[in-house]
Order: sequence, then structure tokens, then C-alpha cells
Amino acid sequence: MNAIVIPAATQVGNTTLNIAIFSIFVLVTLGIVIRVSKQNTSAADYYAGGRAFSGRQNGIAITGDYLSAASFLGIAGAIAVNGYDGFLYSIGFLVAWLVALLLVAELLRNTGKFTMADVLSFRLKQRPVRTAAAINTLAVSAFYLLAQMAGAGGLVALLLGITDRTGQSIVIAVVGALMIIYVLIGGMKGTTWVQIIKAGLLIFGAGVMTLWVGAKYGFNLSGLFDDAIKQAGNSNILNPGLQYKNKIDFISLSIALVLGTAGLPHVLMRFYTVPTSKEARRSVVWAIWLIGLFYLFTLVLGYGAQALVGSAAIKAAPGGVNSAAPLLAYKLGGELLLGVISAVAFATILAVVAGLTITASASFAHDIYAQVIKKGAVSPDEEVKVARRTAVVVGILAIIGGIFANGQNIAFLVALAFAVAASANLPTILYSLFWKNFTTRGALFSMYGGLISSLVLIIGSPVVSGTATSMFPSANFQWFGLNNPGIISVPLSFFLGWLGSVTEKEHNAAKYAEMEVRSLTGAGAEKAISH
Amino acid sequence: MSGPNDISEERAARYLEVQNSQEFAALRKKFRGFVFPMTGAFLAWYFLYVVLATYATDFMSQKLFGNITVGLVLGLLQFVTTFAITMYYARWADRELDPAAEKLAEHMERGTLQ
Repeated sequence: MNAIVIPAATQVGNTTLNIAIFSIFVLVTLGIVIRVSKQNTSAADYYAGGRAFSGRQNGIAITGDYLSAASFLGIAGAIAVNGYDGFLYSIGFLVAWLVALLLVAELLRNTGKFTMADVLSFRLKQRPVRTAAAINTLAVSAFYLLAQMAGAGGLVALLLGITDRTGQSIVIAVVGALMIIYVLIGGMKGTTWVQIIKAGLLIFGAGVMTLWVGAKYGFNLSGLFDDAIKQAGNSNILNPGLQYKNKIDFISLSIALVLGTAGLPHVLMRFYTVPTSKEARRSVVWAIWLIGLFYLFTLVLGYGAQALVGSAAIKAAPGGVNSAAPLLAYKLGGELLLGVISAVAFATILAVVAGLTITASASFAHDIYAQVIKKGAVSPDEEVKVARRTAVVVGILAIIGGIFANGQNIAFLVALAFAVAASANLPTILYSLFWKNFTTRGALFSMYGGLISSLVLIIGSPVVSGTATSMFPSANFQWFGLNNPGIISVPLSFFLGWLGSVTEKEHNAAKYAEMEVRSLTGAGAEKAISH
Repeated sequence: MSGPNDISEERAARYLEVQNSQEFAALRKKFRGFVFPMTGAFLAWYFLYVVLATYATDFMSQKLFGNITVGLVLGLLQFVTTFAITMYYARWADRELDPAAEKLAEHMERGTLQ
């Protein structure tokens, strides 16, 4: 998504008020996390919230997890500045959920236990497949995490008026430390509640702003567009093509978006927090409605910001394009509404980072430590202890990474997360759920092939070098020409999965029967814990 | 091969038995018969929209009424179809899939198929 650019100067709103509202959010959520976490003892509690959340609760939490700061601020900003292309972007993020709904969520819930690797290694050779799945989980989570932490720096500048690097670094460290506390105390249960509260606030806040903008124009979308065009002095903001100049590149991005979501490990892990596959289905239904509703709000907010604030003012503001939603809030509801929206933006980073940290720590402790290193000879208590320690390490790495990545072009980190998820994870997930003759070699070819090809193509892309907006603007080793690798790496990974499987004879009939019957009927699936 | 999902031999045999049963084959066919064509359809519709937005910008920029363009209507239709498919699938799965799946799961736990 869009880079959060480090701003230069001015500040709108009341910093004290922003901090106060955010502090209230932290105190309230911390209180709730402590309350709900009294019985956080077993591995299923820590990783999967005891599998006791309802489909509706989990659906709201998924919404909280999915609507990251980049998505909230980035899409509204992209629509405000580039019009239709920003809207186009949000559609890929929504339609992607149908892949999760129809093909992945329920089967995954019935088959796995805690992680994506549980499903992928179910009927194949445990250690190599689990290792590859864990590496991909850690890679996707790391890129996503870094993007969120890097974005925090820009947000701080915008919302708290802290423009020097040291000050921003301190705030990044505070956000990271808070997140570690949530994860350690709350585990998946506490984190889920943080997501639920954040999603509620975000949708409520965006909804109020949407109605406010709507009321100003008598709920006439065409009238709003009129004003937006006048303000922009360019009627092309209603037409595609302002942001995405390279056609193939946009199609490549679309492939990564629509196929990436159902391969994001932190999204997949959320399906284990409900008791049955029916509730997993219900989670996605709720998530699709809420995420769709939110993207419809951003359409109004984006054009509203263009009409009422103006893209020139948005681009000149601290935070650049990403300041569209906060500036609109200020314009509409003054300091108070800006404070609320700022707090929501921080809560967003906090919640998404906590979800990613749980996923990364679960993957390391459950997959790499317990199954690969210790070969399953680990008590669940010890595994959770390792997971908690890993969470602290991941949190510290996220803080350090966030401080160094502050001001970097973060668009490529999120694009990379989606591209790796779509090319390294999704083909293997689909093959192992649906293709009888899928083998270990196929899984390894597809997972490593997808990971390596997307990394190599990203490194050779204009995002990393060769242009003024690249990560390394002064170097030029780009050869690929496209910003997003999806159009090559996704088909390649599907092909490699097929190739590896047809060149090897491997079929564990008993495990395949167990997996298939379990995935479709739920017989033998992990049960919820009742306290 | 030892793994975290080890089960008794008796249970393993039962899984195989269920997998080879007609009832299970029917359930699998029903499920795949719904989700595969539906996935093909929504992906085709999504990529048609993406290709139109990239290559047919003049068409997408045509105004239907006021400032409402073809592109906006098609984009909003993507939302509509996504919501519609979601509700259609959820209702279908509740009604058609769950009873058959529950029946097989019960058989699986009881150890008898018929």
C-alpha cells in the first residue's frame, strides 16, 4: 500500500488531546486484556484463544486485523489524491475474501491446530514441509510487521507533531513495548479483544465521517464528485489511470491482492479461534460485510477529502497522502474528531502488530521449535513458554526494524507480503486441500520457488532501485520493470507445485483419508476449550 | 512416520472407510461442484473488471448520469456480487452441506457407517 512519507513541518489539531484519547484506548483495552486473560494457561488458549470465540466476534476481529493503518489511511489518501485508482485498489482487497470463504477457511479450521504449517504438513513429510511453511510464515509476517512499524513513524509525525527522528524512534519503541505487553498478558484471547474494539472504533469513526460528508452533499454522490472535480481542477479523478501508469504492473498487483489474502498466515491463524468450521464460515461472512462496508466508506471519505480539503493541501501536509483521512476529520469535527481518528490509527497499528507477533511466535514455537527441532517431544507448557519468549524477541526486532525502516518506502513491504503470501503460500494450501497426488517435493518446490522468485523479482524491481522513489534511489540494478512480481511468481509457483508432484511418487493413503474426511466433515477436528 | 497428528489404527481404518463411502463421495462432489465453478466465476468477473479498468479506460470513463461513470457502477457491482456470493454460499452451506457433513462426522465417531 501507499508509503507513509516522512513529513516536514506543520501540525494540525491538539497533540495533548490526541495523546489523551489514545491513552484512554490503551487503558481500557489493557483492562479488558487482563480481565479476559485470567485463564490463559494452555497452548490452545495462548495460540487460539481457547477456540471459544463466536463467528461474529472473530469476524469483527478479522476485520480489525485486516484493516491496517496502511489500508485505512492509505486507501482514503489514494482516492483523495488519485481518485478512481484508489477505489480500484480496495476492490482487490475485498474480492480476495471470497477465496478464503469458498476454498480455505472451513477446511483449514477442520484440519489444523494452531498454524498454517499444521495443514500443509498434514499428509506430507513433517519436518521439511513444516520448516518451509514456517519460513514463509515468518517472511510474510516480517514484511507486514516492518511495514506497520515503519508507518508508525510517519503517523507520529502527523498526529503528535513529533518530527525529529529520535522522538519518533521513542514513540515506535513505546508502541512496540505496549504490543509486547498485550501479547504476553493476553495471548490470542487478549489480542482478539483488542482487534474487536479497534475494528468497532474504526468502522464507527469512518461511518460517522461518511454520514457527515454525505449530509453536506444531501447524500448525493454525484454532487460530491462535482465538488471534488472542481477542487481538483481535473475531471479525470473519476476515471481509472491516474495512479497506475503501467498496465501489466497493475494486473500483476491485482493478482497478488486477490490471491494473497487467503495466504496471509495471521489471517489464517484467526480461523482457529472459533469452535467449528461453521463458525469459521460465519467469521468470513461477517468480515466480508464489515470490510466491504468500510471500503465503501473510504470511497466517500477519499472524494470527500478531495472536495473539502483538496489534494494540494493533503500532499503538503505532514504525512502526505496518508493525511487525507485525519485532515478530513479535522475539517469536519475539529480537534476532537481528529483526536478520535488519530487514536484509532494508533490502535490500528498496535492491534495489527500484536496479531502478527502472535502468528510469528506461534510459528516459531509450534512449528520450528516443537516439531522440527524437538521432534514433537515437548510439553505444551514448554512450547507456550518458548512462544512467549519468541514474542518478546519478535517485538524487539520489530522495534529495531521499525526505527531503521522509518521513512523508508514501505509500499514495497506490503506488496511483498501479499506477493509472497500469494505465490509462496496459497498454491500449496490449495494443492494440499484439493489435490490427491500432491507430494512433499511439490510442496517444497512451490513454497521455496514462490518465496525465492518473488524476492528476486522484488529486488530487481524499480521499487528497490533505479528510480527517484526507489528504496535505493542512487543505485540502479533493476531489470524486472514491474513493481509487483505476482504475474510471474504466482503462476510459477503453481507450476512448480505440479512439477514437483508429478515427478515423485508419494501417497500416504491413511493420512490423506484422515485429512480429507476431517476437512469436509469436521470429524476429529480440534475442539474448543471450555473453562 | 511419527507426527503430531497420530491416531489409533482403528480410527485410521475408519477414516479410510468413510472416505471410500458413497455418502462421502457425494458430499465432496456437492462441495466441489459449488465452490469450484463459483471461484472461477468470481475470479473471471474480477479480472474482467481489472482489464477493463486498465485497457478500456474510455469505456469506464463514460458518464451514465450526473458524474456517475460506468467504472464506478462496475466497481460498486463488484461489491454487490461479493456480498451476494457470500450470502448465497453461506445459506447453501448451512442448508445443504452441514447436515450431510454432520451425519458423516457422527458415523465417524460412532464407528459405524450405516
